[in-house]
Amino acid sequence: MKQEYDIIVVGAGPAGSMAARFAAEQGVSVLMLEKDRDVGYPVRCGEAISKEGVEEFIDSDERWIKAHITKFSFIAPDETEVILQFDSRQEGYVLERRIFDYELARTAAEAGSEILTRAYVNGLLFADGKVSGVKYEYLGEQKEIKAKIVIAADGVESRVGRWAGLKTHIDFRDMECCTQITAANISVAQDTLYFYFGKDIAPHGYFWIFPKGNNLANIGLGVSGIVGKTKSAQSYLNSFMEKYYPDAPVLTSIAGGVPSAVTLDKISARGIALVGDAARQVNPLSGGGIASGMIGGSIAGRIAGEAVKMNKPDHILSYDKAWNDRLGKRHLIFNRIKGGIYNFPDEKFNKIAKSVNKIPYEKRTLGKVFTKALINQPSLLVDVAKVFLV
Amino acid sequence: MIEILPDKCDFCGCCVGVCPEDAIELKEAEISIIDERCTNCAKCVWSCPIEVIKFNREGVPA
Repeated sequence: MKQEYDIIVVGAGPAGSMAARFAAEQGVSVLMLEKDRDVGYPVRCGEAISKEGVEEFIDSDERWIKAHITKFSFIAPDETEVILQFDSRQEGYVLERRIFDYELARTAAEAGSEILTRAYVNGLLFADGKVSGVKYEYLGEQKEIKAKIVIAADGVESRVGRWAGLKTHIDFRDMECCTQITAANISVAQDTLYFYFGKDIAPHGYFWIFPKGNNLANIGLGVSGIVGKTKSAQSYLNSFMEKYYPDAPVLTSIAGGVPSAVTLDKISARGIALVGDAARQVNPLSGGGIASGMIGGSIAGRIAGEAVKMNKPDHILSYDKAWNDRLGKRHLIFNRIKGGIYNFPDEKFNKIAKSVNKIPYEKRTLGKVFTKALINQPSLLVDVAKVFLV
Repeated sequence: MIEILPDKCDFCGCCVGVCPEDAIELKEAEISIIDERCTNCAKCVWSCPIEVIKFNREGVPA
């Protein structure tokens, strides 16, 4: 350990590891701090991602791919099922995140980043009106370490950003509150992601079954915090399991929060940048955050590294625009589409499913599904055309 | 008063994310409410996916 680092990354999830790696690749000194004992554990994730999202950062590896996905199944409240098939270029994976995250952290280490687990960051240092390091607890001792730039990758529970004066707390209505189990003996197609909709199953959200090979599956749901006022995610999950898989052995059971909104207004300030869930970089329509977090992390890491190398600390402020140009603006569109379908009554989901099923199987696309769903909202059809192949 | 049932908590961080007052401290497997900051807004109660945060009216000014 050094006395001081050019860049400190708080949190060793996918966004943190990519920030550390892309910063270290600029030849600057990097330390990544993780509060838990382990990188990659506990996992709080449905673990689905597109192959494209993975391969921008790491070669596909069967050690952490549990299922190869080529189909989506959307199940309406009346159980009408719509199946969408993708060609191999659009393949997806269900990951084993505890191995995947470990591998991502290893690539950061390989690039030169140092890593310290069990280091709980509980405050920031400031100098001359800018963030200048972190305070952290390590094995019962309170410590401090200086850095030119701090990158906060501290997840949905992020506090680092607010200590720097950024507005980071998420409106509870935009928080998808999730529970998930990994269960055995779930005999579903191992190449299909299943999404269930409806007020009795997952209001203002969706329910999922994501296969993990050998009839293991991640089964869970997310519901808006506003739903939680009357019924928790856990009760919905219990009802579903009692109905469909009452005797399924459960190997893991977790809770988690997905910030399903647009990116924070400001994700950098003097001496600091926010990435991943901490920056609210999740795709607000799908709730997917691994790929977008890695993208956010890589951009922030690169820019932070450049800022140090050029000795222009305020170069980090260009990260906001770089993120918005790459994905932030796209997330605004996804969020509008989400707003369009968020309050659909069950009958509407049923009707859309029947209507999509009239499109020949080989011609169905996500764009066409959303077009059918939003046919009465022409302004949103423009949005659909911008982000999906229609 | 807001109360977190530590034995049932999964330490997932949902509550910390929605807390407008930075009034929840979450370590690896330890969680606590910072009472001086908590305004009893109950957003954490509604957001908890597994119902381990309770709102206790005792001690809350009406």
